[in-house]
Amino acid sequence: MRSLVGLLCGVVFGLGLIIAQMTNPAKVIGFLDILNGWDPSLAFVMGGGLVVFGVGFIMLKGRKNSFLGASVRLPTASQIDAPLVLGAVLFGAGWGLSGLCPGPALAALTIGGSPAFTFVVAMVVGMFLHQLYQRQIR
Amino acid sequence: MIENFTPWSALFGGVLIGLGSLGVFAFIGRVAGISGILGQALKGNAAGADWRIAFVMGVVAAPLVYRIYDTTPLAFEINSSIWLLILSGLLVGFGTRLGNGCTSGHGISGISRFSLRSIVAVATFMVIAIIINLIW
Repeated sequence: MRSLVGLLCGVVFGLGLIIAQMTNPAKVIGFLDILNGWDPSLAFVMGGGLVVFGVGFIMLKGRKNSFLGASVRLPTASQIDAPLVLGAVLFGAGWGLSGLCPGPALAALTIGGSPAFTFVVAMVVGMFLHQLYQRQIR
Repeated sequence: MIENFTPWSALFGGVLIGLGSLGVFAFIGRVAGISGILGQALKGNAAGADWRIAFVMGVVAAPLVYRIYDTTPLAFEINSSIWLLILSGLLVGFGTRLGNGCTSGHGISGISRFSLRSIVAVATFMVIAIIINLIW
């Protein structure tokens, strides 16, 4: 049941990325490249997502258990630390170079040919490298 | 000058992205973004890999579902070389795991909960991505 919900949520999430055209790197670069005919669409994507998640979260956050009975777990970290900022810097650099971030890259796997595939493979390798790094510093 | 601005489809798409994230919170009880879901799913053996793998599969399959009602080929325009794509992918993969989130986790689920960590992360990656595009 949990997997079915996960699958459906993934499809809805992916459809949102497609409809918002976030699966097109040129559209994302149109937002990031502020001096060349700036396209503010991405801000509207975030705005729409923020309002829906924000309102839903406020309505549900008092619950101890999810609708499927699992205990609700909220993120507990609150410190602004070096990994947070450094991670955001690295991510921002990678995102700025290609216009691809994790969700859109996955949603574009079947439409983006070898560039999308190459990016996703490199991204997965990057995540594994982080896992190795985590083990090293422990 | 503003070109190619598509406010309504952007807003509607954003609403669906918010609903997908909210569904995970409402039914599974986790506040999660795509990089965290993928990163945890890659660990495979962890408890909770089941729904995370299913979520990733759903995102990947979304274009096939979209095709049911609109068969217009979806645009995917990119002019990065393969080396740039590899560098970009490595940075995105490593960076999102180190910084605990991407545009969906920090950008949508984080900011909407007024998480200071997420606000700092989003401001940082936005500014860096914009600077990269100014100098690139």
